[in-house]
Amino acid sequence: MTTGKSPSNEPSDGPSEPEVLPGHHVRLSVDTPLALDCGMEISDFPVSFQTYGELNADKSNAILVCHALTGDQFVADAHPMTGKPGWWDNLVGPGKAVDTGRYFVICINIIGGCMGTIGPRDIRSETGKPWGLDFPVITIADMVRCQALVIDHLGIDKLFSVIGGSMGGMQVLEWASMYPDRLWTAIPIASAALHTAQNIAFHEVGRQAIMSDPDWCGGDYLNQGKKPVKGLAVARMAAHITYLSDQALHRKFGRRLQDRNALTYGFDADFQVESYLRHQGITFVDRFDANSYLYITRAMDYFDLAAKHDGELSKAFKGSKVRFCIISFSGDWLYTTEGNRRIVHALNSVAANVSFAEIESDKGHDAFLLDEPDFERVLKGFLDGAEEHRNVEAPPS
Amino acid sequence: MMVSDRKSIRVDLQLISDMIEPHSRVLDVGCGDGGLLDYLVHFRHVDGRGIELSAEGVKASISAGLSVIQGDADTDLKDYPDDVFDYVVLSQTLQAMVQPKVVLEHMLRISKHAIVSFPNFAHWRARLSLGIFGRMPVSKTLPHAWFDTPNIHLCTIKDFVELCNRLDIEVESQRILDTNGCIRNDSTTMFAANLFGEQAVFLLSKKKS
Repeated sequence: MTTGKSPSNEPSDGPSEPEVLPGHHVRLSVDTPLALDCGMEISDFPVSFQTYGELNADKSNAILVCHALTGDQFVADAHPMTGKPGWWDNLVGPGKAVDTGRYFVICINIIGGCMGTIGPRDIRSETGKPWGLDFPVITIADMVRCQALVIDHLGIDKLFSVIGGSMGGMQVLEWASMYPDRLWTAIPIASAALHTAQNIAFHEVGRQAIMSDPDWCGGDYLNQGKKPVKGLAVARMAAHITYLSDQALHRKFGRRLQDRNALTYGFDADFQVESYLRHQGITFVDRFDANSYLYITRAMDYFDLAAKHDGELSKAFKGSKVRFCIISFSGDWLYTTEGNRRIVHALNSVAANVSFAEIESDKGHDAFLLDEPDFERVLKGFLDGAEEHRNVEAPPS
Repeated sequence: MMVSDRKSIRVDLQLISDMIEPHSRVLDVGCGDGGLLDYLVHFRHVDGRGIELSAEGVKASISAGLSVIQGDADTDLKDYPDDVFDYVVLSQTLQAMVQPKVVLEHMLRISKHAIVSFPNFAHWRARLSLGIFGRMPVSKTLPHAWFDTPNIHLCTIKDFVELCNRLDIEVESQRILDTNGCIRNDSTTMFAANLFGEQAVFLLSKKKS
């Protein structure tokens, strides 16, 4: 498989990618190409994923967890590059809300990503060079199609659940819309059925930051032995603000100064919040590819589930037998409760089976990644109830 | 499972559950912590859904494995298509609705039957409290003081039946409960029902035109 190593002449003090990523690596669409929304096809491409727990004999206990923009397949084990715990380590594991003692949990690096699945950083076989901007523009639906290939590869007909937060939740909605017969339950968390003008605007700031960096080299930085570190770091800083709330930032930093007792009357990071954001930016560039960031944010901006269904979101779910559980967070101003409520209304209007809870939290969008006991309780209770219901409909053999 | 048997739910909820055919489709509006819904799902095997305003109630319901959305009958009933339920239940909630008439109309649009229970404001104790003592009634079914009550549209049994007539709603059956929560079988006349009933449970349907 392609590991997509950083160029060797790139100086980096940060963690470097291991020669071979842990987990599973497969090549998919070897015989039949995968048709993408943009009209292009790709074939014989690498996909990396992680699994946790055991798949049972009748393959009925599989849960697909979909990762967000800057997440990856390492949902519940230490990240191979940063050494940090999995991004949903608090939620996925033995005895946890998504109990890997009962469920077989799969998390797949999305198409367009940079952790082993094909993306702009990968070497294109035709040219022997990285794809760069020749990589096709992908969509949320393309990510889901690619995930479905992995589920096929694992021999699983029907997933017990598809769960995801933020962009992962968009994939969940797309799964329920595209393959309603291949999942029992769908749990989109802190997500949206479309990207609003404000969502697109924030992403555009990030993309412009990357593309304004001279080291981006028109997207060809890998061939030129460069890396748009500054642009990508600024993109991450801007995005990171949207993941937090005013209250959370105030609580964490207030106007406290960073390693100093007085203002310096300069442009160094006087404030703790500045130092924090700079740190977020710098550590991000070590593990993420700038072009991947462009492609994935584009996929999110293009996402509008209703648009594909004559502008009526409800049509995406017509006749669906899937049990939905929509979860939003009160302090999330990026993907708001109001937006999530619109998804609930669309589901109600086709009499779909839907649960919806807004979890009280002032931590902003990132709340879905943090320790929120109410959230875990709802998620676990929903899964338990759905399993009881499923076992009545399709008794385990 | 939270509910162990029929007796473990409130008396008016027992009466409501008795009105519901097994294996039917039920929406419980204002389902609280999901007690009735849980009973109906496990003992009457209904396809049950719920709407609840309070975050605590919603979390408790979903955590118990019930399909419940955080919402409000005043705003969320309009989304459902026509005739998707067999029963829509509104227990002890009608009087807290901003638009009880509209809610009632929506209930019978989206469902074959509606089951409504509410405290009777014409119960003799309420009359005594208001008529003789000059105070807003406070009782087991109306536990709030006037200044913090969620009940903004209180009505009497007579008022309710009159509204049903106006909306071409058929009263299929009714149960009148006294202060002890016992069914008043003697309350066959409207006068008796309206005087001795502390709360009422109505099974409604659209009048066949």
